[in-house]
Amino acid sequence: MLLDGLLQAARLLLTGDGDTWSIIALTLRVSLTATALALLLGVPLGTALALGRFRGRRVLLTAANTGMGLPPVVVGLFVTVLLWRSGPLGAFGLLYTPTAMVVAQTLIAAPIVAALTAAALQQVDPNFLLQMRALGATRAWALRALLAEARLPLLAVALAGFGAVVSEVGAAQMVGGNIQDETRVLTTAAVLATSRGQFALAIAFGLVLLAIAFAINLLVTLAQQHEARSSAP
Amino acid sequence: MRHSIPALVLAAVLLFVGCGSQADPAPPAAGHSAEKALILATTTSTQDSGLLDELLPQFTRDSGWQVKTLAVGSGQAIELGRRGEADVLLVHSPTAEQAFVAEGAAGQRRLVMHNDFVLVGPASDPAQVRGLDSTRAVAKIAAAQSLFVSRGDDSGTNAREKDLWKQVGITPAGAWYQATGQGMGATLRVASEKAGYTLSDRATYLAQRNTLQLDVLSEGDPRLLNVYHVIEMTTKAGDRVQVDGAKAFADWIVSPVVQQQIGRFGQAEFGQSLFTPDAGKDEASLGP
Repeated sequence: MLLDGLLQAARLLLTGDGDTWSIIALTLRVSLTATALALLLGVPLGTALALGRFRGRRVLLTAANTGMGLPPVVVGLFVTVLLWRSGPLGAFGLLYTPTAMVVAQTLIAAPIVAALTAAALQQVDPNFLLQMRALGATRAWALRALLAEARLPLLAVALAGFGAVVSEVGAAQMVGGNIQDETRVLTTAAVLATSRGQFALAIAFGLVLLAIAFAINLLVTLAQQHEARSSAP
Repeated sequence: MRHSIPALVLAAVLLFVGCGSQADPAPPAAGHSAEKALILATTTSTQDSGLLDELLPQFTRDSGWQVKTLAVGSGQAIELGRRGEADVLLVHSPTAEQAFVAEGAAGQRRLVMHNDFVLVGPASDPAQVRGLDSTRAVAKIAAAQSLFVSRGDDSGTNAREKDLWKQVGITPAGAWYQATGQGMGATLRVASEKAGYTLSDRATYLAQRNTLQLDVLSEGDPRLLNVYHVIEMTTKAGDRVQVDGAKAFADWIVSPVVQQQIGRFGQAEFGQSLFTPDAGKDEASLGP
């Protein structure tokens, strides 16, 4: 069965099966967009949580850490209720569209990005900002230097966010509806194939998903290692 | 170049995303605008058997409507209709449907097709129900406390199963009665792995028979008739219900050409039809 799945995965990719490629493209588009949005939201939030000195910081930090374990199904349900035709955002007709999936996945990834960014920045020597300021850097410049200093962990943060959303099925199924040619991604396609008893196909989708995750991680890791070596003294 | 790589990765991501969205407005199957999309709430059996995959592309070509199919249990499908979240329903839970239509938010309800339910179980048949009619079979399963796997999801199949228990006056409970809460395909799989009995629509069972270790043990009983109706929703259910799309779909699925196609579906692959087309017939005249 596993071998069948492997063969079928190879066949799906090599024969350029149109359906499979459109599922792969959608998976990448939705999950990469969600990751990018989660970074836009989460990195500033994480930075504020790591460096800020304001009331409620610890509570927010705890909330972000808790959010790392946010079940995708709960997020999916929440977004579904908001986007229902009869719900508060119903006028936009977004439910069962890729946009709804991006929204849900962004909500799943943002706490992960925020919490891990905060952790990464707290790793940097606490005197770093002080030293930069002492050297005459403006606040903005010091912050930029700090983010640059922590860029390797930040890449890992991006990967963690991407990994969380590309592999989740609960929210994708609920807000996307697993509609053919429209919102079917690799995870929901694998679930459908399983419920149809097409196990080799389901395994093939799983392997394709694994291959994509591996390729993206490889790309980023190579960049990371290259960077780590070239910036070593 | 020191902080270029994260920026580069982000840029690449955004570029990719940008390209992706530009390519979006032209879904591969049809050249119609994405705004004309109706929501069909239906049962897992029509999707798991592959019927919709065969029929829907043609509807899109004929009518210009894209169809967003939500394959859920009949109970949930009716609830989506009631809330105005779906435009049209294709369901098989007649008692619940009649009550729902009586509420007034639904429009026309028309007969589409039928097949039948079958009681399946392991070939060893521990409760000795082979060949019995459906009510005697479930009574014997309960008496023997043999494993019965229920959908437990308020689907049409689940409703029929509960009817059977009611008819024999048994409230199934205990370790021998397990509810999966999943669709038909998944439930058949659980029954097969655990060597239990379950009630399935014939189409889903036939479509997956090769991967299951389950035999048909009880069939052909009028109580096992599985009738599908199409129900159009109206704006009484919600302002955003697309009445014209619902009508287009319902008219289309009862049209002679599509009815013939439904009748042929499955013959090539399984050697028998999975559904019998019934549009325009009197429901009382149907037999398994």
